[in-house]
Amino acid sequence: MLSYINRRLLMLIPVLIGISVVVFLVMHLAPGDPAVILAGPTASASDIAAIRAKLGLDDPVWVQYWRFAKGILKGDLGVSVQSDEPVAEMVKTRFPNTLALAVAAMVVASLLGLSAGIVSAVKKGSLFDSISMLIALLGISLPSFWIGLMLMLAFSVRLRWLPVAGYSGQWWTLAGIKQLVLPSLTLGIGTAALIARITRSSILEIMQQDYIRTARAKGLGQLPTVGKHVLRNALVPVVTVMGLNFGGLLGGTVVTESVFAINGVGRMMVRAITSRDFPVVQGAVFMVATTFVLINLFVDLTYALLDPRIRYD
Amino acid sequence: MATESLTNRSAVGLVDVKAQSQTSRAWRRLKRDKLAMFGLAILIILVLTAVFAPKIAPHDPYEQNLVMRFKPVGTEGYPLGTDGFGRDILSRLIHGSRISLVVGLSSVSLGLLFGVTLGLIAGYYPRMDNIVMRAVDVMLAFPGVLLAIAVVAALGPGMWNVVVAIGIWSIPTFARIVRGQVLAIKDSEYITATQALGCKDARILFKHILPNCLAPVTVYATMRIASSIMSAATLSFLGLGAQPPIPEWGAMIAEGRSYLYNAPHIATVPGLAIMLVVFAFNLLGDGLRDALDPNLKDV
Repeated sequence: MLSYINRRLLMLIPVLIGISVVVFLVMHLAPGDPAVILAGPTASASDIAAIRAKLGLDDPVWVQYWRFAKGILKGDLGVSVQSDEPVAEMVKTRFPNTLALAVAAMVVASLLGLSAGIVSAVKKGSLFDSISMLIALLGISLPSFWIGLMLMLAFSVRLRWLPVAGYSGQWWTLAGIKQLVLPSLTLGIGTAALIARITRSSILEIMQQDYIRTARAKGLGQLPTVGKHVLRNALVPVVTVMGLNFGGLLGGTVVTESVFAINGVGRMMVRAITSRDFPVVQGAVFMVATTFVLINLFVDLTYALLDPRIRYD
Repeated sequence: MATESLTNRSAVGLVDVKAQSQTSRAWRRLKRDKLAMFGLAILIILVLTAVFAPKIAPHDPYEQNLVMRFKPVGTEGYPLGTDGFGRDILSRLIHGSRISLVVGLSSVSLGLLFGVTLGLIAGYYPRMDNIVMRAVDVMLAFPGVLLAIAVVAALGPGMWNVVVAIGIWSIPTFARIVRGQVLAIKDSEYITATQALGCKDARILFKHILPNCLAPVTVYATMRIASSIMSAATLSFLGLGAQPPIPEWGAMIAEGRSYLYNAPHIATVPGLAIMLVVFAFNLLGDGLRDALDPNLKDV
């Protein structure tokens, strides 16, 4: 077990270096001189030279990368060109909002997905089953930003039950929860559809096993059979999907935050792209990708602990 | 020779089979799948709409008519209403179908070209495997469309940059699928036989191995078109893709966002169009998966 953890942790190093190289190269091999773009059309040659010097753009590429990589190790992601704020600070203040949104979305997705999946499987072929599986199929065909706008239209604009947009950052208050309801539904609905489909097929598969027939033959009712014998085994692949998708939800926050004007890392990233604030884009992309990799590693290690068979794969 | 043996067999009355290619068998299975056929029908209509857009569209998609602003769905002459500039939403949707199709198809083609080549190389040459797959791991370390967003950030907003970004985002998954197939196939006896015959690597890879990778690649490519169309719309919605006044569906939703209260149809209608197309590609993808290889059903 320890050697497995060690191996996985060691494999993390090349991936993290790879992420930093990709993030760095994407921003630096881009066509056009970033200094010219940043300076704007009215800038003089001396303005551009000043920006070049400030960003260290005159150094060779590898020197620039080395500076970037050394900075990361010290927790320094550079300085925003627009506001002169340190990028690490900007990410730090916004990251809790992004994380709260992703966690809330996972909660919503699990609640909706599991209950729909379980009921569909137990009542296979019923109207509920057909309808919820159709919704699940539609759920993965809908763009999340559009779902967000439609929810906003229904619950905030028309019914006025929930706030239109914004998030105070306080998920533990009633107002904060209310602000998170629509964004987390928006972000979680695709994952809910996926969870529902997998829960359903996984339960149906287990229900055909011999030991379930035995349980039923000894006179155990439908509900206790499902609750005691089926779910415990059927949920293993479901939990896998949930774990692997949590990281994916982080990527989705970029869109959801922009729709609901939540002050998170994703919205900051989109704004920085439009204003061509490269250090901020670089830092934000790097942080989100790194968190994604770390979460996936954590999920993998948890499985290795829970299920010894996984280690040998 | 093949026909001869077949006639012999039917002569003895064992089986009466016509020579069928794998493709025609898959097509017959696909034809029986009602949902897949429904998806295919929608897509045929979509392609026809895109091809004949200027002929079908009742209005010029860019023509502004300030007297006819914010007309709701069902207005005479404007069946899907008008937007904030009085432009006909139906005509914009029809012209937008061209953009969605072109973006979906060209970005997936880009991903296919590079992904399949990398996958073939990684699977066939053990020395290259580690290098290519570590690169793939790094690319997959960016959640969702983040990699595409990063590429657009570098190239700058615009429709063709979105095609490149989404194409790059598709490369690692195609590479993975093809590599897995190559690893499974390359030790088969018929490959050893072609190697013994002195076939060149390129011929073995493209003539003998690639055709056996096509089933999963086709299935995945179909579904990838769906997610690419959706991602392109997302990037346009965020202001990183096609720029107004181009009638791109995601950009249309972004424009309608400001009028959610007074004219909700401006944002609603293009979303339904995206859903229909993505749904159709997903249905067809599901059907293709079952038709091409029943073993893939659980993948």
